[in-house]
Amino acid sequence: MIRQKRSHHRLKRAVAPYLYLSPSLLIIGLLMLLPMVTVIGYSFQNSAVLRRDPSFAGLKHYQAIFNDPVFWASLWHTLYFTCMSVVFHMTIGMVFALMLNSDRINPTLRNILRVLYILPWLFTAVIIAVIWRLLLEPNGVVNSVLMQMGIIGSKVEWFSSPETALHAVTFANIWAGYPLFMVSLLAGLQGIPKDFYEAADIDGAKAYQKLIFITIPQLMPIIISISLLDFIWTMQVFPLIWITTGGGPIYSTEVLSTYTYKLAFSSYNLSQASASAVVILLISLGLTLFYIRYQKAR
Amino acid sequence: MRKRHTPKDRLITVALHVALLAGLFFAAFPIYWMLSSSFKSNTEIFALPPTILPKAFTLEAYAAIVGDPVKLRFFFNSYFVAGAVTVLTVLIALLAAYGFSRFNFRGKGSLNTLIISTQTIPPITLLIPFFGLVVSYRIFDTYVALILTYLVFTLPYAILLMTGYLNTLPRDLDEAVAVDGGTSWTALWRVIVPISLPGIVATSVYTFLLCWNEFLFALTLTKSTSMRTVPIGIQLLMGQHAFEWNQMMAMSVLGSLPLLLIYLLAQRFFLAGMTAGSVK
Repeated sequence: MIRQKRSHHRLKRAVAPYLYLSPSLLIIGLLMLLPMVTVIGYSFQNSAVLRRDPSFAGLKHYQAIFNDPVFWASLWHTLYFTCMSVVFHMTIGMVFALMLNSDRINPTLRNILRVLYILPWLFTAVIIAVIWRLLLEPNGVVNSVLMQMGIIGSKVEWFSSPETALHAVTFANIWAGYPLFMVSLLAGLQGIPKDFYEAADIDGAKAYQKLIFITIPQLMPIIISISLLDFIWTMQVFPLIWITTGGGPIYSTEVLSTYTYKLAFSSYNLSQASASAVVILLISLGLTLFYIRYQKAR
Repeated sequence: MRKRHTPKDRLITVALHVALLAGLFFAAFPIYWMLSSSFKSNTEIFALPPTILPKAFTLEAYAAIVGDPVKLRFFFNSYFVAGAVTVLTVLIALLAAYGFSRFNFRGKGSLNTLIISTQTIPPITLLIPFFGLVVSYRIFDTYVALILTYLVFTLPYAILLMTGYLNTLPRDLDEAVAVDGGTSWTALWRVIVPISLPGIVATSVYTFLLCWNEFLFALTLTKSTSMRTVPIGIQLLMGQHAFEWNQMMAMSVLGSLPLLLIYLLAQRFFLAGMTAGSVK
């Protein structure tokens, strides 16, 4: 009797975790993994979604994309936008974190500044886009101040001239994203044991030597994992670019996400858009594998 | 400890404060400009030279938004969808997190890796199959379409956050229930949930923010003005009256209020969620 009860209990214990996980797995399976398979399927069909009985297209849509100069331009813009964003997010985040962590400022000021420095992070991409459009309007405050200071001679159309548009959206994204690094590095800085610095002081180390030989090596794991995540997420940015420039002028700010979106919902070429979406997925998956391996190795 | 009074040392302290001030200007000026423009008239926004403080302080932009039922509807939609998704996500994630945190089972490691890697799936990749699904199930332009699709993106984060939180709670608490003959289900609701409130709050805050900020799916899976959320509303405002900058700024301020309030009132929970992805 008792033994039977116990084995019943053990069975329950074995099944229970799967029951607890089942709603999540069902949702992730049906609404994430299945759609991923579906989009791969679409990319091999003619008139996917639009027709009930689409015919097999082979690699046609992939060929079309790889022969499209706009695709390669988008890839290049994405790379530029992402690399510049990650590098500057890291640099600004590091500088702000080190400044806030200095024992030369008083604690109240530090707390106030920490709250204010995080501000850009609290705003939605759409709102960030609108704010920067207002700031960088040809008649806006940035132009007016730069002209007063004699840095530019005439009004610059930051978002609507092909020479400046990509730099302008990248700048807006740099402004919007550094707090993630700042917050994580600040937490990391507080975790470095004080004796490291005391030992260095005894040896007569200079400030920059402590930075290079203690602080940065200690923060390296945070720097690498946040950079990877930031890279993956920045690569997928859509609303900021969609609202500031829409990918223009003349494709000068077209990135992979806006390129794919336009293929799908402006030209209704859902098959080709699927092929492009699969390419983005593969790049993301590659980086994700790298990220997971790094996390496990840690 | 540190020699404080050499002239060189004082110079460094002064330089640091100047740099802090420059940093503050970089971080906060764009936001200040949004706020101050929302209280200006449209002509004043482009006055030359620009006015730092509104010269003629006016609430006309806010009145135009609060007085327009179409725009109020954007806010209702955003709150409703984000609220519904938050409740669903937290419930489902709590169950999964309990499974991950309190049981050992076959496949645990790979399921955990699966959930971590779903965080990085590009939304644009799922957009096209979602569009196909939503159209074929005839839920295009409905709340259901938004709620279901948001759920997929919020769930992985919520599971990781909740699991992390539950792992910090001692196991003896729920094992005591098992000793008394209670099931794991009883232990969850009687013991775990009441002491997990901080974790639940942090997860809810983060889930709410993810939904509040979502743009791509709201743009594609809804069509009628009455179904649009705040981010799309701001974009529509930009398209319709390209020069009503004060209204756009007022709407941006109103659209940022939930995030600002949560941040100021519950900074701890907010940061717990925002940095969760990177800690895991």
